[in-house]
Amino acid sequence: MTALAHWYQRRHLKVVPYLFILPNMLVFTVFLFVPILFTFAMSLFDWTVLGGGEYIGLANFKAIWRDKNFWTSLWNTFYYTIGTVPFTLALGLAGAILLNRKIPLRGFFRTAIYSPVVVSLVVAGLTWQWILNDNYGILNYALAQFGIKGYNWLNDPRTAMPAVIMTTYWFRLGYTATIYLAGLQGIPDVYYEAAGIDGATAWQKFWHVTLPLLRPTTVFLSVMSVIYGFMSFDLVYTMTNGGPGYATTVMTQYIYQKAFTTNEMGYASAMGVILFLMILVPTIIQLRGRASES
Amino acid sequence: MISRKRLSAGDWLTLALLVLVAIWILFPFYWMLVTAVKPSPEVLTPTPRLWPSQWQWSNFTVALQKIPFMQFVKNSLIVASVAVVLTVAMNSLAGFTFAKYRFKGRDLMFMMVLATLMVPVHITMAPLFYILAKLGWLNTYAGLIVPRLAEPFGLFLSRQFMLSIPDELLEAARVDGAGELRIFGSIVLPNSKPLIAVLVIFTFMWRWNDLVLPLMVITEPAMRTVQLGLSQLRGLHYVEYNDLMAVTLLSIIPIQIVFLIFQRYFVQGITVSGMKN
Repeated sequence: MTALAHWYQRRHLKVVPYLFILPNMLVFTVFLFVPILFTFAMSLFDWTVLGGGEYIGLANFKAIWRDKNFWTSLWNTFYYTIGTVPFTLALGLAGAILLNRKIPLRGFFRTAIYSPVVVSLVVAGLTWQWILNDNYGILNYALAQFGIKGYNWLNDPRTAMPAVIMTTYWFRLGYTATIYLAGLQGIPDVYYEAAGIDGATAWQKFWHVTLPLLRPTTVFLSVMSVIYGFMSFDLVYTMTNGGPGYATTVMTQYIYQKAFTTNEMGYASAMGVILFLMILVPTIIQLRGRASES
Repeated sequence: MISRKRLSAGDWLTLALLVLVAIWILFPFYWMLVTAVKPSPEVLTPTPRLWPSQWQWSNFTVALQKIPFMQFVKNSLIVASVAVVLTVAMNSLAGFTFAKYRFKGRDLMFMMVLATLMVPVHITMAPLFYILAKLGWLNTYAGLIVPRLAEPFGLFLSRQFMLSIPDELLEAARVDGAGELRIFGSIVLPNSKPLIAVLVIFTFMWRWNDLVLPLMVITEPAMRTVQLGLSQLRGLHYVEYNDLMAVTLLSIIPIQIVFLIFQRYFVQGITVSGMKN
């Protein structure tokens, strides 16, 4: 190639990468990055939908501190997360162990267990809402057959959150089980054989071989589940809309309410900042894990 | 003589447990179907039957007359299809670029994108709404499609995949004088079929199942997507439970069929993103 062609190609090559990533970075900046910065900025203002508002410094945060409903939503967020994370992991691991065994119809069970994961949380919420209906729901009817009095699941403040949590188990099991299954299948048989030669029982094999080797998977799933827990919105919105009262209102729900129902966008942004900081912790753990392994 | 493997006691126990789990997981789908086809009186009763006395398939027609479900479907289809095409194009190209090119600011920009991986849209609800309003994109397809086109997950997966494309292939094409875009189109893309499959499936699924963005952006009844429409059906006095279950069931048939056919990619998609780190 001539010197001119070389020069052209070098210049061309310099610009090309930026052009290739331009659409992505543009959308990312305008609709993801700027809104994040904006959230922080808005939290310091008394902002409404129509825009414009006065700078009020940390007044929103002070108001949040005094807001009983905020603390309720914070508590509910933790209630939901703690209620869902350990159990879905344990259930998923148990399911994965079962699915890993060489039994007939293995493929069917693996497929079946994952099928709830592909439906939306709206669908999951509507279906379970119907099943949990206090007068006509099949669950209360089934319980009645055993002489157990059914609850008004979604309208009783005591049972509303547990009902949402139970629905989450149904929805989440396929996800955790599938990931644990991949983890289990990545453990070479030699480890189990060696342990067997040393005279280990099945339980000891599990405790000393399986669990330790599954640690990366467990860490990953824990972090993801916690993040999903904090982010949860669709299911609560569909099943209870935060009710009864504020019994199932989680933070995302309360943010939505403040932003779009009572038009207090500055306040909503301030809560967004708090939620962001909450999610930051598991995110950093997750990214650290990625960085150390790559 | 061929010996058949006998199932051990542990295997039988496993099967029994799995059957119980399968019943728990699959029953809601069965119940959706059954509720949809039952005659009305059998639905609103404190003593429901497990099996309908008759299968009133006409219930589906009735439900579709009461509920503008096909309108929801139209909107969701438009959003999901356009989003799939744009997402695949943008993310595969960007992933390729981040993986195979060296340019100033590359790592910084990638880190920034990764950092927002876990920032849910709920946090940025207020400013995002404000930006969309200012752009005039409320109640438009643009407002539904564009904001989520640069999903960090897609970029991350893309780059991860593109890293494994052999450099020699690209160099050979360059020596032959091919332009960069040509290289992408005729060499990179054909070798990226698994990535594209995963991106297509997951993008379609997320868009179809999305509630929050439509909830924020759409107030016009005619523009409602499937999830938004479904979530608003509760409490409408003319919508009965068999109508509701009928349309809910209809809404999940496409994705379940896709899932059954392309299972492998679903599993690949979530395990690769999970296990690869």
